[in-house]
Amino acid sequence: MSQDPAIRVERWTPLSRISILGAAIVLAILATGPLFFDNNAIDKLTTLFIYVILAVTWNALAGYGGLVSVGQQAFFGLGAYAAVRLADAGVNVYASLILAAVIIAAVSLPISSFMLRLKGGEFAIGMWVVAELCHLLVNLDSLVQGETGTSLIALNAYEADTRHALNYWVALGSMTVILVILFVLLRSRIGSAIQAIRDNEEAAAALGVRVMGTKRIIFVFAAFGAALAGALWLATAITFQPKTYFGVQWTAYMIFMVLVGGLGTFEGAILGALIFFLIEAWFGASGVWYLVGLGATALIFSLFVPRGIWGWLERRYGLNLLPLGYRILGIRPAARTAIPNDGAAPSAGTS
Amino acid sequence: MMIWVNQIVQGILLGGYYAVIACGLSFMFSVMRMINLAHGSLAIVAAFALFVLADQYGLNPFTALILVLPAMAALGWVLQRTILERSQRGGLLVPILSTFGLSIVVDNLLFEQFGADTRSLAPFIDELSYDSWSITDDIYIGKLAALTFVTAIIILGGLQLFLTRTQLGRAIRATAEDPDTVGLIGINAKRVNAAAAAIALVTVGIAGAFLGMRATFDAYAGGPQLIFAFEAAVIGGAGSLWGTLIGGIVLGVAQSVGAQISPQGFLITGHAVFLAVLFGRLHLDTIGTTFRKTVRRSA
Amino acid sequence: MSLLEIKKLDVRHGLLQAVRGVDLTVEKGETVALVGANGAGKTTLLRAIAGAHLPAGGSVHFDGVDITHIPAHSRVGLGVALVPEGRRLFSQMTVEENLILARSAGRKGPWTIDRVFEAFPNLVPRRKAKAGNLSGGEQQATAIGRALMTNPEILLLDEVSLGLSPLAVDRVYASLDTLIHGGTTIILVEQDLRRAMRVADRIVCMLEGKIVLEGKRGEITREQVSEAYFGLGSAKGRVHA
Repeated sequence: MSQDPAIRVERWTPLSRISILGAAIVLAILATGPLFFDNNAIDKLTTLFIYVILAVTWNALAGYGGLVSVGQQAFFGLGAYAAVRLADAGVNVYASLILAAVIIAAVSLPISSFMLRLKGGEFAIGMWVVAELCHLLVNLDSLVQGETGTSLIALNAYEADTRHALNYWVALGSMTVILVILFVLLRSRIGSAIQAIRDNEEAAAALGVRVMGTKRIIFVFAAFGAALAGALWLATAITFQPKTYFGVQWTAYMIFMVLVGGLGTFEGAILGALIFFLIEAWFGASGVWYLVGLGATALIFSLFVPRGIWGWLERRYGLNLLPLGYRILGIRPAARTAIPNDGAAPSAGTS
Repeated sequence: MMIWVNQIVQGILLGGYYAVIACGLSFMFSVMRMINLAHGSLAIVAAFALFVLADQYGLNPFTALILVLPAMAALGWVLQRTILERSQRGGLLVPILSTFGLSIVVDNLLFEQFGADTRSLAPFIDELSYDSWSITDDIYIGKLAALTFVTAIIILGGLQLFLTRTQLGRAIRATAEDPDTVGLIGINAKRVNAAAAAIALVTVGIAGAFLGMRATFDAYAGGPQLIFAFEAAVIGGAGSLWGTLIGGIVLGVAQSVGAQISPQGFLITGHAVFLAVLFGRLHLDTIGTTFRKTVRRSA
Repeated sequence: MSLLEIKKLDVRHGLLQAVRGVDLTVEKGETVALVGANGAGKTTLLRAIAGAHLPAGGSVHFDGVDITHIPAHSRVGLGVALVPEGRRLFSQMTVEENLILARSAGRKGPWTIDRVFEAFPNLVPRRKAKAGNLSGGEQQATAIGRALMTNPEILLLDEVSLGLSPLAVDRVYASLDTLIHGGTTIILVEQDLRRAMRVADRIVCMLEGKIVLEGKRGEITREQVSEAYFGLGSAKGRVHA
């Protein structure tokens, strides 16, 4: 193998070291939140953490796996439902939140083996059908009593302040775990496979990447994330009405966050969640027009800024906060930017 | 016993409606290789348009279709040229994301305009909404349901004739097969696709009319209609015209029989049969591929 | 005025520049053969003339009209027709439907369904057969017939003999002979040098996206063309380089 002294491969850049350190510091500061903030602020931040989980895991599915699902509310709702059931069976309420997500991740495994054989739009709506079916089946449970719903009564065992703080810590912890899992996943061999599939599935398969197995890992991870988010949402909302949890609006939120933040970028999904959180805080009260705005923004971003704000920044400024890819140094930057990475098939017929 | 027969008859008739709503989705899929997630919402747009024309201007829904269907065609053309065409250039994911975004916009604009009330076109079509022919004491055929079913057959037959007998129809088929090559024989693929989208939305408009006449609808009714259309189209084999009629009938019968079993059974059985058909087909494909491989190896 | 005038044409496929600064003029009624190794840019040049690839630079004038930025489907209306490499028939449609479709541009002229079947009698019994089920020779005849149905002023033929049996190639060229002598302007890409030099009035040889040799039949020798073909040519052959 020829070793060109002018070219070397590196993962960690000074910027990425600072970013990781910065992220760790931010998380550490956030962990002390309940000591300083009032319950209202704590609840808001808890919501933000749940949004980050939703955005990051939906992005893993769509942005990295190339699988747009409009049915992730299936796992969101099932996560909440499983938590209700576990708590009802006497499991500690916070343990049941986590356990519920693990169980639903296991449930998603058989679902994946058959949904993943659908392509593109068929997968997207097929997942919606799965969500509808889950919703209807959950409604049959006598504990849930159809749309009447039930609530996580076990939470009453905790005093209000303790409950808010616990919710906050569990959500923060869950978010951190999700981020770390995805970070480790993307840096592993699976990560290279994921990115290869994202860029060109057929080429990846031709190079011996296990496309199905890799997609299944992402699918289960995304289901785990959505279920965890659903269970956490239940902990903050206490009541479980199937309609709210299995509603397609959750998918709308996820799509909005990821499209605006940056489809297929790790940082973008977090940014998108933050933007969504702020927009909701400012405009959420305007009701229907707020939803029209969300849909219109998603539509416009998908057509004109398909890689979102972060993707745009990344391309514009070569920004890379996290050491997820490899940077090859010594190649002229012009050549790097000119390489098309949108996966479009080259036009045929050269001679 | 006769109750079950009646449920099956009703299911078959219901399948006619599903065929009407599914054929536009299937048509767009076969021509443009994309699934329009705003499909159901656009049917609701047509239903509301008919409702307004009937409610405010006293127009009979059938007469009002003379106005609404051209408007739907124009909407389809504009939609294709402004949103869909651009989204198709963005790869596989973008059409799904953009049409989903569009559906959210449409649904909520309808909600903004019409609120949460459910509406129906049934009051404007007088006895047609409830009249029926009795076949036996237990089996009856609703006139509206029969009309819907006949319309489904006319639409599907008409589309087939159109695709095989007219120059535009042939151009649509050629563009579906090889959009890059049609330009070389003088066909403007963009205009052909826009025409196809216009035709698809005319069928969506008709579906919206029948939905409004046979049931109630509200601003957020588009999602379920998309799902039904999708299920019928997939059961029938996505992209196959007469397949959508079979798919619609299978879905309708499943729902109708399910409803007889339990009140919640209508939707559950429908979804379950859809997933079962999907699973069966994927499974058969695997068996088929393995079989072909074995044959090839031994040959 | 020449029928086709190409000036300083550049065509890119992403990073790859397939055609570099090509100048080419074709007179009415002329038959020009484009030769060159694989990847020399012949197909790209032909597709750029037809409008299937839009150029990065330079200009294309057809019959005095600047068509550089006109899309392919409008060029057909002006009288430019390409028989693409690999034929690209609509395989799910019948032979007849493939031919009828080519009337879309609405150009009047001598070519009708009946005339195409006269010119390619082997297609007559296959009239209602799906194009995908035809033999290679029949498919090529259908592809040429389809291009003729647009009543072109200029016919661009890309590797019409590719993948055909020698007998089928002979048959295709026999029917092309009538066209060539009938005064249709033709640019054809042909791998078989001997055949190219037999049918064409002029030979144009491309190498790495550029025209490296061109000359009238009889004025250049096979040896000259062969040398230019592989880039071995001496300075005297590089009239355009």
